Amino acid sequence: MATQGRRDFLKSLSAIGISTIGVAGITPSITKASPENILSKDRMGVLVDTTVCIGCRKCEWACKNAHDMPSGSIDDYENESVFDNKRRPDYSALTVVNKYQNDKTGSPINVKVQCMHCDQPACVSACIVGAFSKKENGSVVWDESKCIGCRYCMVACPFQIPSFDYHKALEPEIRKCDFCFDRTAEGKLPACIEICPVEAITYGRREDLVQVAQEKIKNYPERYNNHILGETEVGGTSWMYMAGVDFKNLDFPTLGDKSAPGVSESIQHGIFSYFVPPVALYALLGGVMWISKNRDKKEEN
Amino acid sequence: MEMLMNPSQMTKKYFTPGVMLVSLIALNGLIFLALRLIFGVGAITNLDNQHPWGIWIGIDVAAGVALAAGGFTTAALGHIMHREEYEVVIRPALLTALLGYTFVALSVAIDLGRWYSIWHPLIFWNGNSVLFEVGICVMIYVSVLYIEFLPIVTKKFIGNVRFKGMLAKLNSPVDKLLRMLDRGLDKTMFIFIIAGVVLSCLHQSSLGTLMVIAGPKMHPLWQTPILPLLFLISAICVGFPMVIMESLIASRSFKLKPEMHVLSKLGSYIGPMLGIYLAFKVIDILIREAFVYLMVLSTESVMFSIEIIFGIILPMRLFFSKVVRESPLGIFIASMLVILGVVLNRLNNFIVAYNPPYATTSYFPSIGEISVTLGFVCIEVLMYRLIVKYFPIISIPEKAGVFKTKYSIQGSK
Ligand code: SF4
Ligand code: SF4
Repeated sequence: MATQGRRDFLKSLSAIGISTIGVAGITPSITKASPENILSKDRMGVLVDTTVCIGCRKCEWACKNAHDMPSGSIDDYENESVFDNKRRPDYSALTVVNKYQNDKTGSPINVKVQCMHCDQPACVSACIVGAFSKKENGSVVWDESKCIGCRYCMVACPFQIPSFDYHKALEPEIRKCDFCFDRTAEGKLPACIEICPVEAITYGRREDLVQVAQEKIKNYPERYNNHILGETEVGGTSWMYMAGVDFKNLDFPTLGDKSAPGVSESIQHGIFSYFVPPVALYALLGGVMWISKNRDKKEEN
Repeated sequence: MEMLMNPSQMTKKYFTPGVMLVSLIALNGLIFLALRLIFGVGAITNLDNQHPWGIWIGIDVAAGVALAAGGFTTAALGHIMHREEYEVVIRPALLTALLGYTFVALSVAIDLGRWYSIWHPLIFWNGNSVLFEVGICVMIYVSVLYIEFLPIVTKKFIGNVRFKGMLAKLNSPVDKLLRMLDRGLDKTMFIFIIAGVVLSCLHQSSLGTLMVIAGPKMHPLWQTPILPLLFLISAICVGFPMVIMESLIASRSFKLKPEMHVLSKLGSYIGPMLGIYLAFKVIDILIREAFVYLMVLSTESVMFSIEIIFGIILPMRLFFSKVVRESPLGIFIASMLVILGVVLNRLNNFIVAYNPPYATTSYFPSIGEISVTLGFVCIEVLMYRLIVKYFPIISIPEKAGVFKTKYSIQGSK
């Protein structure tokens, strides 16, 4: 009986081994099922020159219109009192402009805030169902039909961008700038770019924009701080900023050049590399179980 | 000498004043839960765009999963290493894990903005997402736990299927089906037992990887690439203390003699485990030079110190003492310290350490969040009490003179 049992045990154990390897065979398709993260050479970007921005907030108005959100009258946007507080994008506004004092020149600095459309987006890596994806044109967009509202994207984003509509019981949305994905697909400019009266925000191939920015810094070293925010931060972003002061004074988080999801993805893929570690652990435990049982049986005899 | 134990149904009556109180807290939680479902997550929580995760994730889910570790640690010890003397604690630990994970799943569900889409990860996969892996592992593990529990159910009903009236015809086929199921499970149970341990190791550690992607948003005292390892070790540390705590409370509440001989033996594993955990924690903050943050007085440094001193060092010292291990009160206090320490660790990792760059306010759980969390714990307690009344879970000593232990568990033959 004991041998019989042992043989059964071994048989089943190898059966599991084989089926687990079968599961391991699916791994590549899991990777394929992951959301797209296309890094096309021709991806678009935006260069925000905070030294040019006049803080008219027309981009805020245009953005709301382009996304069917209540926008009110454009005249209301001339009201300067909103600058008393620093604002963040949320479900009612995908982009906002904040005003900062400039101790160097005395004239204020205006900073438009929205999703940076990272090249290695943390939100895309984090989302449990792959609702976020990085598109060929550089935009990072959210797919309503997949999202389950877990808000892990918000935990992950290094720029604290995605927002959630907490007061909706059904179909609450994750909202953030989508780089006007629908408009650009029709060949139109993003709404904010189109309306900006002073060309503080330039739309173009990201590669070209980096060059433009570098030239600007070279030609006007007294006007610009030698730092293009977003050129290398968290692996590079589609939206990039220039300023006359240190970005720390403009409330930008200090971030390294490593991509935000890099560490977690390598841990994750280390634990699951072709399911070898779990299968090995399984085999190990099976072995321990078999040996301990044998030992007990011998003792009994 | 061997003590002979036999799992039995508890016969004490269900409702006592204490149980009534617990029921009231449970009811209060359910009321807030209803409000959340009708008016949305924002209506009863203090969550906002700065703090997307609160205690429903930090405590109900993260700490809940850790505290349910008694299930896989006792299974590893009793079934895999085949230490039969621990079998008395396996069933109670299995039931706690089963209930624990069921409520973890429920807590995740109510925290989701779109709770009705909770099944989406089954069809929309993201292999890069740590949360996806945790989700899938937990889903499979919950099923494994139910399968492990199934024999207790089949054993109870085999030969006892007595439908009345019209359904009486079904009695014999259902009985046959149960017998078949039981035999099948008996042969294959070890597959599930090993799978349960593997799955637990996977998601206990991945739960730690969850916050790695938050990067600099998380305080350096806790943010480390070895978070998954720390989470796994601490989960293993808290498994036995949970079993000890429950066993002592159960014996008190059902007026049984505590199983001190088994519990103090279990306790002797805890000290060294805590030592390993402490070593990793200390080496980690030394290597990353994060200890500088301990020199300044801040919420983070205080919380971190409490976690280390009262959650690891003190109980470790206690568990190394034989006197403490052999006294019911001593071992209870030591176990509670480990448990609270791990709960605090999860709270610290998910909430205290999380400082987003644009935070203008700090997060403190609302009445609604606390009510739901407490309510869930209370419902778990009530269900535990109910199940041990109808199923043989808790072991009581056999009458003198019975020599052969009747306690056989699936898969151990
Ligand atoms: S800024 Fe945040 S939301 Fe935008 S792409 Fe990067 S990680 Fe995603
Ligand atoms: S809230 Fe939605 S988009 Fe964000 S991580 Fe969860 S499922 Fe993905």
